Amino acid sequence: MSMEIPYTVEARPDTGLTNGKLGIWLFLASEVMLFGALFASYVMLRVGSQNWPPGSTYLNIPLATLNTVILISSSVTMVLAWASIAKHDFKRFRLFMGITILCGFGFLIVKYFEYSAKFHHELYPSTNTFLAIYFTLTGLHGLHVIGGMAVNSYLWGPGSALYKTDPVHFMNRVENSGLFWHLVDLVWIFLFPILYLL
Amino acid sequence: MAQTTVAHGAAPAHDAHHEELGFWRKYVFSVDHKVIGIQYAVTGLLFLLFGFSLMMLMRWQLAYPGQALPLIGALLGEARTPGGIMLPEFYNELGAMHGTIMVFLGVVPLAVGGFGNFVLPLQIGAPDMAFPRINMASYWSYFLGGCVMLASFFVPGGAAQSGWTSYAPLSDIAGSGQTWWLFGMVFLITSSLLGSINFIVTTIQLRAPGLSFWRLPFFVWAQFVTAFLLLLAFPPLEGAAFLQLMDRLAHTSFFLPSGLVVSGQALQVAGGGNPLLWQHLFWFLAHPEVYVLILPAMGIVAEVIANNTRKPLWGYRSMVYSLIFLGFMSFIVWAHHMFITGMGTTMAAFFQTTTMIISIPSVVILSSLFISLYGGSIRFTTPMLFALGFLPMFGIGGLTGLPLGLTASDIHLHDTYYVIGHFHYVVAPGTIFGLFAGIYYWFPKATGRMMNETLGRIHFWGSFVFMNVIFTPMFIMGMAGVSRRLYDGGASYAHAQGVLHWNVVSSWGAWSLALFQLPFIFNFFWSIFRGKKVDDNPWHATTIEWAAPSPPPHGNFASQPVAHRGPYDYSVPGAARDYSPQWEAVGA
Repeated sequence: MSMEIPYTVEARPDTGLTNGKLGIWLFLASEVMLFGALFASYVMLRVGSQNWPPGSTYLNIPLATLNTVILISSSVTMVLAWASIAKHDFKRFRLFMGITILCGFGFLIVKYFEYSAKFHHELYPSTNTFLAIYFTLTGLHGLHVIGGMAVNSYLWGPGSALYKTDPVHFMNRVENSGLFWHLVDLVWIFLFPILYLL
Repeated sequence: MAQTTVAHGAAPAHDAHHEELGFWRKYVFSVDHKVIGIQYAVTGLLFLLFGFSLMMLMRWQLAYPGQALPLIGALLGEARTPGGIMLPEFYNELGAMHGTIMVFLGVVPLAVGGFGNFVLPLQIGAPDMAFPRINMASYWSYFLGGCVMLASFFVPGGAAQSGWTSYAPLSDIAGSGQTWWLFGMVFLITSSLLGSINFIVTTIQLRAPGLSFWRLPFFVWAQFVTAFLLLLAFPPLEGAAFLQLMDRLAHTSFFLPSGLVVSGQALQVAGGGNPLLWQHLFWFLAHPEVYVLILPAMGIVAEVIANNTRKPLWGYRSMVYSLIFLGFMSFIVWAHHMFITGMGTTMAAFFQTTTMIISIPSVVILSSLFISLYGGSIRFTTPMLFALGFLPMFGIGGLTGLPLGLTASDIHLHDTYYVIGHFHYVVAPGTIFGLFAGIYYWFPKATGRMMNETLGRIHFWGSFVFMNVIFTPMFIMGMAGVSRRLYDGGASYAHAQGVLHWNVVSSWGAWSLALFQLPFIFNFFWSIFRGKKVDDNPWHATTIEWAAPSPPPHGNFASQPVAHRGPYDYSVPGAARDYSPQWEAVGA
């Protein structure tokens, strides 16, 4: 496979984009449509229901607030990781990328406690439509968190070997992974109010 | 010219014979867009044949309800056809899977995965797709989705039976085949998403030097807009599939209303859901999907018409603007599939209006193609015959859609055979004719050999006649009020008695159509080995794919092609030949 595809590393002059960056933005657009459809479903179910419970009936707002703080912090460290690699500071990159991954873990651990508390009280997706949409939306979002963590862990670990041979290419990958991570963060920022607060 | 300002990564020529790949990497797990395109096309053609076979079984039951299927009836087993007579459940399986297979496993993979993959990078002078490995993943995701769909025929209770639209609540409470259908769809949607990102990035990033957007062939534009539709319309269906999986596996009630009674017993679920939510999510995908089916075929037809009239396309820019407008509008017409669900008149009026508006760009494109014929010295080659067949057939399909888009007439026509006739005219003698045109047209590029013209003509005329024999009666039956999805084809309904005989006509048309596909199948395989050998540009075409060797090697072009002119410079006054290829410098 020696044939080279142009603009994988340097941007095409007239579009100002690398292939990967355009690709990740398009992927994010499709993700917006996916979550957009589910948010729209939430609205339709809620508008059509007789008595929609306030989120606090079932959900733990302080825990979710903690998770919001964790996830927003991880977006900040993600940017710092990218800025570090852009300044060719590999050690700081690993530090901040590591913190980003740990934040992901922290988020999932809190989520685990939330879920198991629900199950403990025999609250399941089948209990009512509010819990159904709660578990579906947070579950799908959780899968996205895991996906983002997997990519970030690869870039923190084995994937970082690319930095030695092609630092610009590696920096692009960190940026693209960061864009996805910010989307995961952004989705949560919508989920938090509609499920917990409103 | 701008050719020197854009530096490409590497000239592919010296890489073409860099290393020999093993059989598996070269032909099976290939990352070469041409191999992937051919994989998509062949798999898609096989699924088209399979989906058509399901329909041929159904046509027996429709023409001769309750009579034993000759020969095949005994082979299908007692569980499906006891004594050779088709069970209603099996009929429903065939119906649901015919639609699913034709749309998601046949036409889209062939039109987008097949032609898009093979032709698009060549037409823009690129060495490959932007993400070759994602491209391979896209094919194999499609392949897995196809396997899941096929396997579902053999699970207890059989394949999905709730129609290709999988309307809830029926689909929520259906047998396990429906779960397989949903998982299959998730694979197919993933495949389309990966593919669409690849097509958009490739078109924007890998255009050859000098190939500005206004110099792109219409086919590339069509694929480009199609890719946006796939990218943005499929995720909502994926979301809907997740919700339905939750309903089926975690016993939620997204699509189950409170107090639902099934077979005389109250369903033990929480309720509170909304069956119409599924319809909204489904049609939000499925209406743009209609344009996913038709736009690539329009692109192919435009290429073939320009090439065989030896004239530039009439109104190229209007066609491109129409395409973009069409793509945009296709996202805001979906509820015209739902006029009789009890929506308010304001909503109905809105969707009726957008539906009438979206017909305008379609008419602009079709009219431009018709006007392009005017004054041309037309070569009646096989691809041109199919392209010419496409025009009136798609026209009938489009015009018969108008009464369905108007709320008043839709009340009578909704869910009748009229609807079936309408969208089959769009997709079968419409899109599939376009795809056949493309196969005959690009076959010499893929193999270096021509397909046989005589067999091609037999294939065309037989298909053209029998497509109409199948689908014209459906309009008559539909206007008489015969509903779709009836196990006995309407035999037990008083109002259908006067038109029942048309079922027999339609069925014999379908079986005859199958007969006329045999010359095509034979021609396809025979021509791979025995077809007439031709040079790189046998049709004397102008677009860049014809600059590559036939078949193109890995990396496609001997040297980076440069675009010097628009895509359809045919019969340029003063030129030595009646075609001036894009890749040849002006004045050369």
